[in-house]
Amino acid sequence: MHCHSHDLDMLDRRLIDSYQRGLPVCPRPFHAMAECLGTSEAQVIDRLQRLQALGVLSRVGAVFDHAMAGASLLAAVAVPEEQRDAFAELINQTPGVNHNYAREHHYNLWFVVTAPEEKSLAARLTRLEALLGRSILRLPMEESFHIDLAFTIPWAELE
Amino acid sequence: MATATPLTLETLERDCRDHESSAHLHLRALLEEGLPLVAHPWQVLAEQCGLEEAEVMVCMQRWQEEGLIKRLGLVVRHRSLGIKANAMVVWNVPDQDVTRVGHTLAQETAVTLCYRRPRRLPEWPFNLFCMIHGVRRDQVLAQLEHIVQRHGLGGIEHQVLFSRHAYRQCGGRYALEETR
Repeated sequence: MHCHSHDLDMLDRRLIDSYQRGLPVCPRPFHAMAECLGTSEAQVIDRLQRLQALGVLSRVGAVFDHAMAGASLLAAVAVPEEQRDAFAELINQTPGVNHNYAREHHYNLWFVVTAPEEKSLAARLTRLEALLGRSILRLPMEESFHIDLAFTIPWAELE
Repeated sequence: MATATPLTLETLERDCRDHESSAHLHLRALLEEGLPLVAHPWQVLAEQCGLEEAEVMVCMQRWQEEGLIKRLGLVVRHRSLGIKANAMVVWNVPDQDVTRVGHTLAQETAVTLCYRRPRRLPEWPFNLFCMIHGVRRDQVLAQLEHIVQRHGLGGIEHQVLFSRHAYRQCGGRYALEETR
């Protein structure tokens, strides 16, 4: 789904700018957010529902630490470009696949597989490898220097 | 709160350390799907997994302090806003330098992710990954060039893998299927 930044007014933008992290943990979090933003609880809930419907928000929720929460792996395969969509569909059907991108490279499909623990992660990859009939590049994270997808949205550039 | 025995902070905190109890795994699975957008979201989650609202809120605080939850809030789909120039830059850094270069890249505001992964020779010689998200491709390439110049990284082999299509983009799913 696509939308344009000019579909989002100041309240939408302030919500996004203020609450990519630090959602209040109190019985009525949206009420607390509304007080900070000078609006009503109903308005905050309405905006969040709308942003979710527009596809701007994937959810309001928790981002878990990949290592503490379970097992995860970045994987890549090289497939014929004309069959890319079909291979991507097979990958998406694998349980635990949460990102799946086509990229400009010989390895043209890149995806992240997550699982409750290492053993089931390995089993998922082995099964998928057989299904695809291609070897999967397995690239676990060995050291993290920085992960922050809650970066500042460059509203001006999006105009 | 209408409980027969009043819940003390100590018992709540002890319970929350047990991430693996079935109620807590259920709560984690529900959180991966996102909060219900209603006036009392913690209460709704609590009812769904058989906990008290106060227990859920203590879990939220504690799991954030422990680092199990990295952030709690609005999870934005950048592509839908037009931030579509998503470049994965992969580097072949000598092993003795990879940690230093990783920290250097991580300090750049343009870099949103940076991590070390294993080489898979001979197919894959790259051991350091970073991500640069931007509105336009030329702008992302200019930022990368700037970073290479500023830190003298011109001698390090690297490739830029722009994304062409997102087949899926959603949060990690770590909870057991049977708790869903």
